[in-house]
Amino acid sequence: MNLPQQLNTSQLYSLVVVRVLLGWYLLYEGLAKLFSPYWSAFGYLKSSQGFLSDFFTSLADNSQAIEVINFLNIWGLIAIGLALILGILGRFSTLMGVLLLSLYYLAHPPLLHVNEVLVTNENTLWVDKNLIFIAVLLVLYLFPTSKEVGFDRFIYRKKA
Amino acid sequence: MSDVKKFSRRDVVKTLATIPVLGALGYGVLKKIDSQKKKVYNIADDLGLNLYDEPELISSKGGQTIRLGIIGTGGRGKYLLEAAGFAHPDTVKHWRDQFQINKSDTRYGDYMGQDDLNIEIRGVCDIFDVHAEQALLSASNAAKATSLDEVSPGVTRYRNYRDLLKAPDIDAVIIATPDHWHAQMGIDAAKAGKHIYIEKGLTRTVEEAFALRETVKETGVVFQLGHQGRQTASFNKAKQLIDKNILGKISLIEVCTNRNDPNGAWVYPIHPEANENTIDWKQFTEPTKHHPFSAERFFRWRCWWDYGTGLGGDLLTHEYDAINQVLQLGIPHSAVASGGIYFFKDGREVPDVFQSVFEYPERDLTMVYSASLANEHYRGKVIMGHDATMRMENKLEIFPDNRSTQYRKQLDAGLISSNQAMITYEPGRNTLDGTTSATEQYFASRGLLYTHVQGKRVNTAHLHIKEWLECIRQNKQPSCNIDQAFEEAITAHMATIAYRENRKVYWDADKEEII
Repeated sequence: MNLPQQLNTSQLYSLVVVRVLLGWYLLYEGLAKLFSPYWSAFGYLKSSQGFLSDFFTSLADNSQAIEVINFLNIWGLIAIGLALILGILGRFSTLMGVLLLSLYYLAHPPLLHVNEVLVTNENTLWVDKNLIFIAVLLVLYLFPTSKEVGFDRFIYRKKA
Repeated sequence: MSDVKKFSRRDVVKTLATIPVLGALGYGVLKKIDSQKKKVYNIADDLGLNLYDEPELISSKGGQTIRLGIIGTGGRGKYLLEAAGFAHPDTVKHWRDQFQINKSDTRYGDYMGQDDLNIEIRGVCDIFDVHAEQALLSASNAAKATSLDEVSPGVTRYRNYRDLLKAPDIDAVIIATPDHWHAQMGIDAAKAGKHIYIEKGLTRTVEEAFALRETVKETGVVFQLGHQGRQTASFNKAKQLIDKNILGKISLIEVCTNRNDPNGAWVYPIHPEANENTIDWKQFTEPTKHHPFSAERFFRWRCWWDYGTGLGGDLLTHEYDAINQVLQLGIPHSAVASGGIYFFKDGREVPDVFQSVFEYPERDLTMVYSASLANEHYRGKVIMGHDATMRMENKLEIFPDNRSTQYRKQLDAGLISSNQAMITYEPGRNTLDGTTSATEQYFASRGLLYTHVQGKRVNTAHLHIKEWLECIRQNKQPSCNIDQAFEEAITAHMATIAYRENRKVYWDADKEEII
């Protein structure tokens, strides 16, 4: 084996499993939104809480911005999900994932006094699903596996 | 050696190793879409209902400018002026400031986006100086400005409504006084040839309801009773659905009032400048019993029988009119009532807990009204049929009945169940609510503050006034005309009489009398 980070085989494959599972989650989030005709980021942005809420609600109030956001959100999720599952442009796609999930987190930070409007079954304080995903993506960024298992193996194949 | 390191079979396998995952996901997604299609069985499609056909907009373009006078400019009068496009500059400023602080407070945007009704407010009449002064500025604020220095020369204050009715530059009047003045003012306005928008409840007594109806019919003025719920999209939709027999045979209707704050129990604030010099108390008590000056009675008049009829006239009427609009119930055959002053022991005469049961033997149904001013547990309007139950508020929900005959097949197939609404109608469901106070929320949920027209949130009182104005221009009678108003008044009076006289009250439809 020729692992850049000297990962042993089980370490490598467990990271691949985490990568694929997270990819699955994001890809399905994107597809579900794509197939739901009435889905829009409007509600999520409009009900934004926390110190950036002015920014997010102003996006919600701008109907052109909303269309762009909906498009980027759906196709961003699908692209990141696919890239994680297939191992395409590993480091770039994990960073894009961090960016997208950070926006989700900042629009609805699980603060102490936040009156959560969205109906979820989560009980959160400071840490929520988005924050954990961000941390996982950072780990995947630091321990890239796509050059071993994934399309990057072909894309970045070594020249002689 | 070649330029590129040989890409071995092992490399190919490792490159493509995760592709089967996509296959699995794809299979799962297809399965899921399939099952959702089956699950989202839409009975509305089956029944051929087009739920989101948009109500027609009433046009306010063209036609003559109507010149209005307003009699009574307290809480309700002020609200109606706003609905007509004449908010006080301080109010407009307040809304604008609130929007700066809280972007979900849409009152400013809603108000600025309200249609121009093509009217002028020429006369203002109030017997409390402070309200009259404020209304003069409101009436001058057609420009929707946030500050205004002086009253427009076209607006006149009248201290007695009779002088306002004599004014030749006034075509129509809005009457938003306490109930004990409604009938006399309405009769005098009709005789003066002024079209009338009058607040509910129509009158304080039965005799007054007869007299007002007679005069309005004789004179032919365009009359609208202030039940703005007539404009609520969901109520109109409810009528369409019930007319299609979606509920089956309806045998029981439950309507309620539930509020639990002093404001909701008519303990309105007493203005600090209220005294015998600023209030024409003599005129206030003219059509009713004499009583020494009382600022409490002036501002909280709904608590005494001398000026109103408590829950019957104020809140039962809203619920009744909503049902009457949907089912054309008319006046009930009989009414019983009970209740008491159980919470607000503040010297009031009218009950704060009040129940009334109305029988409609010809329609084979009962309507039950139940009200508390000391608990706001939410109970909506419920219309119960053999096949389904409708909850009717700003949002409509129809739940099938497990024993339904009409939906037997769908129930047996598991396509619908009584736990879940089979039809939901919610115009404007993608917008958020910026209302604040408990009383406001109460009215909003009941479809009494705003509705949605083509996705836009609109004040129902605005639409109700607009309908009245258009009817004046086209010489038609609006949706809550004098006949509807009369039915409202008699029904509410039957309940009030049943309570006050502690007996069952009947309506003799042939002789048109309460017995």
